[in-house]
Amino acid sequence: MSRGAPRLPAQAVGALLESLRDLAPIVLVIGLFQWLVLREPIADFASLVIGIAMVVLGLSLFVQGLNLGLFPLGEGMAWGLARKGSLFWLLAFAFSLGFGTTVAEPALIAIAEEASIVAAEGGMIATDAAARDAYALGLRLTVAVAVGVALLVGVLRILRGWPIQYLIIGGYAGVVLMTAVAPREIVGIAYDSGGVTTSTITVPLVTALGVGLATSIEGRNPLVDGFGLIAFASLTPMIFVMGYGLLI
Amino acid sequence: MSGDALCAVDKLVPICATLDDVLPIVGVLVGFQVLVLRRPLANPRRILLGFGMVILGLAFFMEGLELALFPLGRLMAAQLTAPEFIGAAADGGALVDAALDWRAYGWVYLFAFAIGFATTIAEPSLIAVAIKANQVSAGTIGTTGLRVAVALGVAIGITLGAFRIVTGTPLHWYIITGYVLVLVQTAFAPKAIIALAYDSGGVTTSTVTVPLVAALGLGLSSNIPGRNPLLDGFGLIAFASLFPIISVLGYAQLTALMARRRHEPERLGE
Repeated sequence: MSRGAPRLPAQAVGALLESLRDLAPIVLVIGLFQWLVLREPIADFASLVIGIAMVVLGLSLFVQGLNLGLFPLGEGMAWGLARKGSLFWLLAFAFSLGFGTTVAEPALIAIAEEASIVAAEGGMIATDAAARDAYALGLRLTVAVAVGVALLVGVLRILRGWPIQYLIIGGYAGVVLMTAVAPREIVGIAYDSGGVTTSTITVPLVTALGVGLATSIEGRNPLVDGFGLIAFASLTPMIFVMGYGLLI
Repeated sequence: MSGDALCAVDKLVPICATLDDVLPIVGVLVGFQVLVLRRPLANPRRILLGFGMVILGLAFFMEGLELALFPLGRLMAAQLTAPEFIGAAADGGALVDAALDWRAYGWVYLFAFAIGFATTIAEPSLIAVAIKANQVSAGTIGTTGLRVAVALGVAIGITLGAFRIVTGTPLHWYIITGYVLVLVQTAFAPKAIIALAYDSGGVTTSTVTVPLVAALGLGLSSNIPGRNPLLDGFGLIAFASLFPIISVLGYAQLTALMARRRHEPERLGE
């Protein structure tokens, strides 16, 4: 830490500039559309500037924290579990990480609530609040189990060195099959639930876990075998949610 | 539970939403570290500092977006899809006809493309995956190249998704066609990129993209006659997670092809 201290200001400025560059497109797009198409003055210029400054600062902190904390943490756990050599605990960890990070995901809670309204309007469940809440909770648990299963299978794949495309193709076939038989109301929700499951804190952890595992096991390539966990985690919820729609 | 007590004032503490999201993750990590691994972490203070920076950073990030960009973006999505604007854009044609004609939505498509690209570039999870891919590939996969490829995929995906809502064509035809394209590309793309390309689909849709894209979908489906916002508003996210796979595989195929043309050893990225 003492050796890194003198370099810190320059590094911090660099990180801020990089974040500024990352955000430039979004500011540009909204600014241009405001100016060219809608032609309305921006109501609150001060909060706009403060907000953008907060976003830039936040993104810089996040990226610095990734390299300091989340990546070493995910890789450290992968190494530790691989060294322990217990398949059971490794798979239990993968499932818990997937389930635990998904069940409280705010985006998923939001989508489950909306889905319960669709289901009530479509006559799939009773229209009272209790039935809607039960449906939403069931949907959340379904997605969380799906992500847990995804990480479990994904970790098993890394250990065994299975080519990812066979599993993905199998998963797609499952999605297509379920789309054909699932109720129409659930299909859009199911497709979207695949996209919302992987939160910003889960992604770095899961990526580091996969890459760490692939690095610590002999004969595995971190690039070929280490990635792919996120892909599973976005695929299985679609299948599971359509299955949920079939059952309810 | 401690999170609830800390967050009694809720809205005043921006960090609370992030904390709620983080607590189960910390629970799983600490539980396994203490109960299963029973070994202290290599560098606990550094990791704790990093974790704190990530949480604080995300809280600032989200709060800033909510303060500055999301309200404007949502307002813009609503205004661009409003019947008055579509009618005005359609050269004074009758309003009902304009609303039914998909060509009247030019600005909407342009906005969908631009906002899809711009939000993806700023997406923190994608930055994380790109950093890791760059490290693992020893620099052959450039962070910027990967992110631009993913962002282009999202931009095309959201534009097509908006077109689908306007025309009312069934969602699953687009998705199934996309899958078939991914399968064909998988057979021909360089092996090293495949897992990363699949992952790119999952990381694009989180903190920045979803709120703005959902607003666009909702605006479109509630303003176009015959669309049901609850049925047709969904599905845009699915486009945003499918098309990056296609664009990243395509990017890898293109660079591999160019490298082969130059009679160089096969490489990925820049």
